[in-house]
Amino acid sequence: MEGEGTATGRQRRATASQLDQWTVQDQVFKIYGAFASIPRSAQSVILELQRDKHVEYLTRGLQQLGPSFVVLDAKCVLLPSSFDLGFATGSCTQLLYLGNQLTMNWRIMPSTFLAVVRIQMVAMGVDQGRQVAETFALYWIGRRMVAVLWMHDAGEIDVRACYTAISVASILNILDDELAKGVGNYILSCQTYEGGIAGEPGSEAHGGYTFCGLAAMVLINQANSLDLASLIDWVAFRQGVECGFQGRTNKLVDGCYSFWQGGVFALLQRLPAFGGEGFGTSDVEVEWVSDSTSEGDDEDRDSSDDNEALHPEPDQEGHQSSSHSPESSTAVHIHHSRHNQLEPLFHTMALQQYIVLCSQEQEGGFRDKPGKARDYYHTCYCLSGLSVCQYSRSKNENSPPLPTSVLGPYSNLLEPIHPLYNVVSRQYHDAREFFSKY
Amino acid sequence: MNWEEDEEKLLPSQRPEWSDVSPLPQDDGPNPVVPIAYKPEFAETMDYFRAVYRADERSPRALQLTHQAILLNPGNYTVWHFRRLILETLSKDLQQELDYVSKIAEKNSKNYQIWHHRRWLAEKLGPDAAGRELKFTEKILSGDAKNYHAWSHRQWVLQSLGGWDDELEYCHQLLEEDIFNNSAWNQRYFIITKSPLLGGLQAMRESEVKYTVAAILANPENESPWRYLRGLYKDDPKSWIHDPQVSTLCLKVLTSSGTNHVFALSTVLDLLSHGLQPSRELREAVDTLNPASSRLDSQENSSSTKDSLGNTICSVLEHADAMRVNYWRWRKSQLIV
Repeated sequence: MEGEGTATGRQRRATASQLDQWTVQDQVFKIYGAFASIPRSAQSVILELQRDKHVEYLTRGLQQLGPSFVVLDAKCVLLPSSFDLGFATGSCTQLLYLGNQLTMNWRIMPSTFLAVVRIQMVAMGVDQGRQVAETFALYWIGRRMVAVLWMHDAGEIDVRACYTAISVASILNILDDELAKGVGNYILSCQTYEGGIAGEPGSEAHGGYTFCGLAAMVLINQANSLDLASLIDWVAFRQGVECGFQGRTNKLVDGCYSFWQGGVFALLQRLPAFGGEGFGTSDVEVEWVSDSTSEGDDEDRDSSDDNEALHPEPDQEGHQSSSHSPESSTAVHIHHSRHNQLEPLFHTMALQQYIVLCSQEQEGGFRDKPGKARDYYHTCYCLSGLSVCQYSRSKNENSPPLPTSVLGPYSNLLEPIHPLYNVVSRQYHDAREFFSKY
Repeated sequence: MNWEEDEEKLLPSQRPEWSDVSPLPQDDGPNPVVPIAYKPEFAETMDYFRAVYRADERSPRALQLTHQAILLNPGNYTVWHFRRLILETLSKDLQQELDYVSKIAEKNSKNYQIWHHRRWLAEKLGPDAAGRELKFTEKILSGDAKNYHAWSHRQWVLQSLGGWDDELEYCHQLLEEDIFNNSAWNQRYFIITKSPLLGGLQAMRESEVKYTVAAILANPENESPWRYLRGLYKDDPKSWIHDPQVSTLCLKVLTSSGTNHVFALSTVLDLLSHGLQPSRELREAVDTLNPASSRLDSQENSSSTKDSLGNTICSVLEHADAMRVNYWRWRKSQLIV
């Protein structure tokens, strides 16, 4: 920012925002500068994802968390589910699914949310009895939780709560009109003059809430009610010279926004409004037709059915008949297995660069920014963001990305995540199928 | 209220007044995953908490116990919830409780439960609490001018309890200190649109545009006032494209050398998409910024139509704002040909 500003009224004294920004910028550019000056062979090593170290870091946490983790005690259901995720598939990508929940803290909601995830994972392979019991317990909790949400308990409502409730209901297959009622209008009222979405009406546009808000709107089929042009403009400008994303205008870069902001692009890419093949019909009720276009969701489907070449009618795209229950009349079943080949609207290689060079710790784990300590939350969201980048040009989740989409060695490739839920796609499909039976 | 006394450090099991209670241990099942290694004092305090919570005992000793639990983990929302129930049942002085939560907040300014507790208290106390709450948030913001909770709380206080009188001035002060503080700009927008003391967005627009233009000219690389300026014309693009102050500003910035042109170009692009008829000077200013190679293309070079001006702007931005090259390419593809 040196030398910028016009002759008239040039600011003499640097403000707190500027000083903070320049400090971080210097640190980051030092890292990039050092990287650029080393030989190619050394660069390749630095760009490697330290998979083993990350797994080691996570494993230690899975076994036991130190006493300082009492701050997460209230959400004790959260942690087990997060780690289950990570190890069910053996990939780093799923760890601390929605670690954001650790700080979200909305009564039982986050716990329930993560519990759902755990149930999904556990249900995939453990004893039947427990499976059934847990499923019904979850169903009951889910309905009650939703009732709590709509009681508007003393102002603890915010956009995260909307997202948590809607996404849980969606996975449990209990999303219906009653649940979605009012959510759309509320989230709409949270989109600010900047274009991003805030936690509450009037608050500042923020990456975490923008993701939650957009994801919730997609789930209830109201994404087009938002001013998408201004939303995308706001998100695009959240990627700074450091290559990573900031959470709010004029604030500092942070690795976790790799997912919150990067994930917004993953969602946007699939919207019909942006040339995506979408999640479903924009403003009309979801039609209960069997989806002839998605892959891997329906076991009955002939796997030789290669539908990629087909051009499905827009209003059939992305739907699947689920076990139809009266309450689920407007439930939207999200597929993202078929999405467009639109170039991602952010700089995916730059973001990968920030994640790998600035957030990754060689000893395992990821951090907010250089100088900050690693933690499980950042580890989760940096990896999720990395996955989003790698798959940002993929035609569908089943076709592997080209090497040009992956920064560093191709072995850096992660599992694809489902951008609406931030779980590994494969497991999402399994869980959805599981719950659709009830 | 000085509660860091030794007396406080006595655990329930060491106190005679708790002798009638059987502590309730935490039950994580036979195979807990990711267990937290609780310290003994934490485990014991929570065991007793669970006991009174289950019994729904809303007594003074239970209140005291919630305090101890809060000290150990201010993030436990169940404890705060139960504390509120006790406060109600015992008809405790809520101003004193505000003193209490203020102290806890000193080290926990980003804790959702604390802010929620404050909101609950303030709501019960009513409009009289407004002054205190505004002062409190001001204090937090003086140490962390962008604290999200503080701003949310402040907005809630204004809307629910009042106190708008000095808010615009307060905002101005913060912007004087740091013109890049986007939270302060956001608050400013909140005030001009919501304050019952002002005339609303349209009435305030003229003066706000002047204010914003001055801020932009001081630091054209500052994104906040650019977005704010656009926000002033939310839902009224016609006024936006016809306000001479806007195009004049863009022209001024675009013709300054050594200046960040990105936001000016982006603004012109948006204006064009809403129907702006660009002046000759504006076209020329953009053309001047166009990399030499594209002058070979006469269609782009002359910018004789609005659309090719848009095209030129996107081309300039693809270079001048390289991080967003994909975005500008997409914007170009969206231009109506």
